Amino acid sequence: MAEWETIAPKNKALGWFEERLPILSLVHNVVGPGTPTPRNLNYWWNFGSLAGLMLVVQIISGIVLAMHYTPDTALAFDSVERITRDVNYGWLIRPMHANGASFFFIAVYIHILRGLYYGSYKAPREVLWMLGLVIFLLMMATAFMGYVLPWGQMSFWGATVITNLFSAIPVVGDSIVTLLWGGFSVDNPTLNRFFSLHFLLPFVILGVVILHIWAKKVSDSGNPLGIEVKSGADQIPFHPFYTIKDAFGVGVFFTIFATFIFFMPDAMGHPDNFIPADSLVTPDSIVPEWYFLPFYAILRSITFDIGIPGTDIVFIPAKLLGVIAMFASILLLFALPWLDTSKVRSARFRPVYKILFWVFVAVMVLLTIVGGKKPEGIWPVLGLLGTAYYFAHFLIFLPLLGKYEKTLPLPESISNPVIKAAE
Amino acid sequence: MKFTKHLAIALVSVVGIAGAAMASGADKHPEKQKWSSDGPLGQYDQASLQRGWQVYKQVCSSCHALKYFRFRNLADLGYNVDEIKAFAQEYEVAGEPDDAGDETVRAALPQDVFPSPFANDNAARASNGGALPPDLSLMTRARHDGKNYMYSLITGYGTKAPEGREIAADKSYNPYFKGGQISMAPPLFEGAVEYDAGQPEATPEQMAHDVVEFLSYVGDPTLGQRHELGFKVIAFLLLMTIIFFFSMKKIWRSVKAGKNFYEEE
Repeated sequence: MAEWETIAPKNKALGWFEERLPILSLVHNVVGPGTPTPRNLNYWWNFGSLAGLMLVVQIISGIVLAMHYTPDTALAFDSVERITRDVNYGWLIRPMHANGASFFFIAVYIHILRGLYYGSYKAPREVLWMLGLVIFLLMMATAFMGYVLPWGQMSFWGATVITNLFSAIPVVGDSIVTLLWGGFSVDNPTLNRFFSLHFLLPFVILGVVILHIWAKKVSDSGNPLGIEVKSGADQIPFHPFYTIKDAFGVGVFFTIFATFIFFMPDAMGHPDNFIPADSLVTPDSIVPEWYFLPFYAILRSITFDIGIPGTDIVFIPAKLLGVIAMFASILLLFALPWLDTSKVRSARFRPVYKILFWVFVAVMVLLTIVGGKKPEGIWPVLGLLGTAYYFAHFLIFLPLLGKYEKTLPLPESISNPVIKAAE
Repeated sequence: MKFTKHLAIALVSVVGIAGAAMASGADKHPEKQKWSSDGPLGQYDQASLQRGWQVYKQVCSSCHALKYFRFRNLADLGYNVDEIKAFAQEYEVAGEPDDAGDETVRAALPQDVFPSPFANDNAARASNGGALPPDLSLMTRARHDGKNYMYSLITGYGTKAPEGREIAADKSYNPYFKGGQISMAPPLFEGAVEYDAGQPEATPEQMAHDVVEFLSYVGDPTLGQRHELGFKVIAFLLLMTIIFFFSMKKIWRSVKAGKNFYEEE
């Protein structure tokens, strides 16, 4: 951790305030000129700041939407329509929030994949990694509940399917589902509590983001070479170098984001959610938002019970096994710093891991596709294979790779290759 | 740039997957039509909107409600206040209870919602052989490829059902409809609506096109505003991005030159 520098503003009033609450020093030392950062961060390091910015976009647009939204099953759909039709700039704010969720996930998924590729989760950054996973879990809960609020067909049936998963838990399952619903089906009490929690959780996320950044300050940023900073020559001040690089990233990302908001606001949504919720009509196929599809595919991939073959004895029914697989697929990532036994962080110096990483990405894309298909024909088989590969990647390949992979020699320092390249 | 390429691939696949996720249970996919609102600079065609409103009013509105459409929205179609008031006055809506507490009716005003043809869903079903004519306010967005779907559906009658498919006596075969059997009788026929002089001939295809244009307006009334502002926002963002890019190149020059910021050399 770099030394903490204290700022002494020339302005008397500012100096008086700074002595009592050193907020300028905080900024200076966390994202300012007083933050030595590896000089070789590439564009994949832009997605942390982009995810943070998307959180801000979601909170601001969400607060405005909450001023006009009515969490009542009889009025919710109408109130959302009213927002887009009659509220000033509601037609802009609503697609901004809906597409913002997707772009938040895009930023976070790329951020996580970057962490996987460059081994950002390894010592001494395990807690930083785990805090990121906590944010990811909170985001999933928040996004799921947010999708229920417009009270369209997909909102209602998505909520029904996902909350029903908890009923698979032995003994307490049904009680948990009743608690989630606030009754005996997805209804007004469900909508009310989801709205309340959807408003609350983003601020919890914000709190964990602060911890996440704090942990980054303590362990310092990783870098594409995956070697630690050796001297000051390896570093440059965060400001102005990474602030301007992040600003450029924001420009590119927001241009794409704006293209979706203004020119294809419905592209990532489902047409069925323009039909008001109807508990008597089940949609053709119930599909979650795209960012849940790989985990939805894992959930549905398990269609067999575990028991004694040839008898009726079942230890774990298929539904419970699917739920376990889905939750395990994410919780597993908390153990990743210890499952990956390789001492080398960056995939650049791990020829076999590099291939496995891209196979893993391909499997995730496959699972995303499978999650969106009806479970017929070849899709359940592909889903099961993808699920098996997902777990094998983390539980078999990574532990073994650390033992058997022949890694490439690491560069001496960050500044050495960088300076050489400039000559 | 490798990075941008990767990002572009990721985004394209996301959209592709979202699109592929929609399955349809109909015999035929909708036929692609040209819409003036398509594309990033697309705008609704006001003349077509007005004709479509006429078709909706004279044909569709006898069964289908439009509960998010208010008479005042007709201003977007190019009608002035007096014309809108005149349109509204043709309809009656429920008024405030009178002094005795009895229900009253009054002529509709511009702020009123277009009145539903039926008092409630049960009444609608009773008049339509058990089938419920859906509200059309959001129909172009509530179906995959909605505009083309609706056009194809409206004009898609007349073919015979495939061998072995039984169609009930009071229903019709329509290859674009999920399951193929639709309760709605063919809605448009030659001469169903008479367009004003100077307008295109009111063929069923023309009427279908116009009414879908109108209904897509009702489903997404701010498309025009969105496209106009979007163009400016994207132009601004691109300019900002270019400025950031060159600022970045300039600021990073010292780093690229290998400058050491923390130690004396």
